[in-house]
Amino acid sequence: MDIMQALDAIWSARWPLLDGFGNTILISAVSILLGTPLGVGVGLILSYGNRVLRFIVRLYSDFLRGTPVFVLILACFYILSIVGIQLSAFQAGVFALTLFCSSHVGEIVQGALKTIPKGQTEAAKSVGLTFFGTFFSVLLPQALRMILPTWVTTATEIVKASTLLSVIGVVELLLATQQVISRTYLSLELYFFAGLVFFLINFAIEKAGRFVERKVSLPN
Amino acid sequence: MTIPVLEITNLHKKFGEVEVLKGIDLTMQSGNVVSLIGSSGSGKTTLLRCVNLLEDYEDGVVAVEGEQIGYKQHKGRRIRLKEREIARQRAMTGMAFQHFNLFPHMSAIHNVMLGLIKTRKTPKDEAYAAAEGWLDRVGMKNWKDHYPGQLSGGQQQRVAIARAIAMNPVLMLFDEVTSALDPELVSEVLAVVKDLASDGMTMLLVTHEMQFAHDVSDTVVFMQDGRIGEQGPPEQLFHNPKSERLAAFLKNSKF
Ligand SMILES: Nc1ncnc2c1ncn2[C@@H]1O[C@H](COP(=O)(O)OP(=O)(O)OP(=O)(O)O)[C@@H](O)[C@H]1O
Ligand SMILES: [Mg+2]
Repeated sequence: MDIMQALDAIWSARWPLLDGFGNTILISAVSILLGTPLGVGVGLILSYGNRVLRFIVRLYSDFLRGTPVFVLILACFYILSIVGIQLSAFQAGVFALTLFCSSHVGEIVQGALKTIPKGQTEAAKSVGLTFFGTFFSVLLPQALRMILPTWVTTATEIVKASTLLSVIGVVELLLATQQVISRTYLSLELYFFAGLVFFLINFAIEKAGRFVERKVSLPN
Repeated sequence: MTIPVLEITNLHKKFGEVEVLKGIDLTMQSGNVVSLIGSSGSGKTTLLRCVNLLEDYEDGVVAVEGEQIGYKQHKGRRIRLKEREIARQRAMTGMAFQHFNLFPHMSAIHNVMLGLIKTRKTPKDEAYAAAEGWLDRVGMKNWKDHYPGQLSGGQQQRVAIARAIAMNPVLMLFDEVTSALDPELVSEVLAVVKDLASDGMTMLLVTHEMQFAHDVSDTVVFMQDGRIGEQGPPEQLFHNPKSERLAAFLKNSKF
């Protein structure tokens, strides 16, 4: 492995690689930012919805978690277009990852809500809070603190899963790297480079998660 | 005669098939302090919880200031009120719980402010000033920025009481507010309750502290298997119990 040669190849391909990197970040960020509130909604319904709503959302969540993300992405890209919903590859991929994220966040939110003592809801009700007042002021802030570490893991899973969008032609970091490889044949070096970048992204996410965790942790 | 603060008529409550309240009648006027005593499982907590609809009830009427709690009559049928209506009614009464139930993610003062801001729509700065005043009243002003996890049980309970009375309820409900506390912390909480009572607050309290019930209440109610076994002024109930059951109960409690 000639390091200088590899660095040189990376440097001369810096713009397409940076483009891919930007796409990876964008795909992941949008999926997480949309998927998380959606997941909170899923968790809310799984915990407090009426029987019918709960059943539907249970199916939604189980189905999404039981399907490989890969299949989900292909389905969103190919099947949605058959039924007349035209999404670009980028949109379809983000859509798939958003669904994936929401089902996982939904499960962990439901789990967290279950562990909050009933007395919390009762105390909130006793000062006149409505259901939504109780949820947003009392339950959710406690649940979010609890799920933070697991949520960070989910976020890193999404970053990794974003590479799967390459199969429907979205030029994210992995596909950008492969395109450079097809010109330079430096596969070992460039895959190593891409792997390193993914590691650094997730490392940063975990560090940021720890930081937020410390910030919001309750004194005792 | 003025409308009673609390009027319970023929209250029935079941858990599944088990009837735990079997026809309760109780009237409280403004300024009354009523203590509920009775053995474990007699229905004291359940009665209290029906008053602010933390439990639904099947039959009878609970009325606070003349307004039926939780239900309305419509064409001869009983309908549960809308969530928003019930929330408003719950804020008419304040409740202090055995296990305090403070919100762990909020400082003491924010615990007290929450109901003021969300339910009463009080502006933040006003709510802050009011909450500070109530914390002062229960001797917790210097602890206003502490989180529940940083407070002793007795301090938490005092904050919880401030949270309830800050809503300016017409009736305060206390459910064994000292029974989860270490013995040395009991008196600071009882002192707060006593102070509120002497200030004319209407309150209904469940307690196992017989001496306290004796000192603070104008009426003591002895609950027995989901019914009111006996009620009257403390002197009478504690010193001249009519029933065998009450006499036996008193003998077994520390009083
Ligand atoms: N959520 C519930 N589901 C089923 N049964 C219940 C429930 N809550 C209370 N009960 C039953 O109702 C009866 C009355 O309970 P309650 O808690 O009102 O008694 P209590 O007088 O407050 O007793 P204690 O002095 O132990 O607090 C008991 O038999 C209890 O087991
Ligand atoms: Mg009880």
